[in-house]
Amino acid sequence: MGEFLLVTIQVDMHDQMALKLQDDLSNAIVKNASRGVLIDISTLEMVDSFIGRMVADISTIGKILGAETILVGMQPAVAITLVELGLSLPGVATALNVERGMVLLRRKIDADGTDVSER
Amino acid sequence: MSANVKGEAPLRSDHDIVLARQQVRRLTQELKFSLVDQTKMVTAASELARNALIYGGGGTMEWEILNGEGRRGLKLRFADEGPGIPNLDLAMTDGWTSGKGLGMGLTGTKRLVNEFDIDTKVGAGTRVTIARWTF
Repeated sequence: MGEFLLVTIQVDMHDQMALKLQDDLSNAIVKNASRGVLIDISTLEMVDSFIGRMVADISTIGKILGAETILVGMQPAVAITLVELGLSLPGVATALNVERGMVLLRRKIDADGTDVSER
Repeated sequence: MSANVKGEAPLRSDHDIVLARQQVRRLTQELKFSLVDQTKMVTAASELARNALIYGGGGTMEWEILNGEGRRGLKLRFADEGPGIPNLDLAMTDGWTSGKGLGMGLTGTKRLVNEFDIDTKVGAGTRVTIARWTF
């Protein structure tokens, strides 16, 4: 995917695995000089406060490393539950699916102007 | 009505939290909860299982299928023998966190279920009981 990283979460992650993902993804952003990250959670049947925090943290870490993060594919039941839980994921950009996420990512990066290294 | 079905699962590791979630998913599916209600109950279970593990030093999840007045439900009890919660009012305040979560733990979980009861004693442990009904 060139300058974008696509992460698809397909398993019910235990907490350490979620932390490992955060770690691996941060390293991958730097290694590949990625400008954008798409996290696809369309197969996740549950997002609790721990996973929610992990996603929010990845988004913040990515931003510091010069990459925009977009969370895509959240199931309606998961979204309803998250809101009721009180978790609105502030600062996390979302899109309905990968295709729309790509468009949003492209737009965000274009709006951002030139490459970070050229500033 | 058949006799109430019940069981117990340990909460000793990260992996146990995953197993607890899967167990609750299975039970809510058997009870024919709607997908949203399944997700709410599974998420509530995940929050409470993690609390029992992180704050309580581990514990158990007991589950019980409830039969009542033409409806069915699922009751879950999370018990630990940890330090207990010194200030329950504070812990039940939205946005409060002891640092490891997002401050949504108990109040957020309470919103996901029909019944919520917490019994905690400093130095003895915490027991949180929740229930959700088919309607």
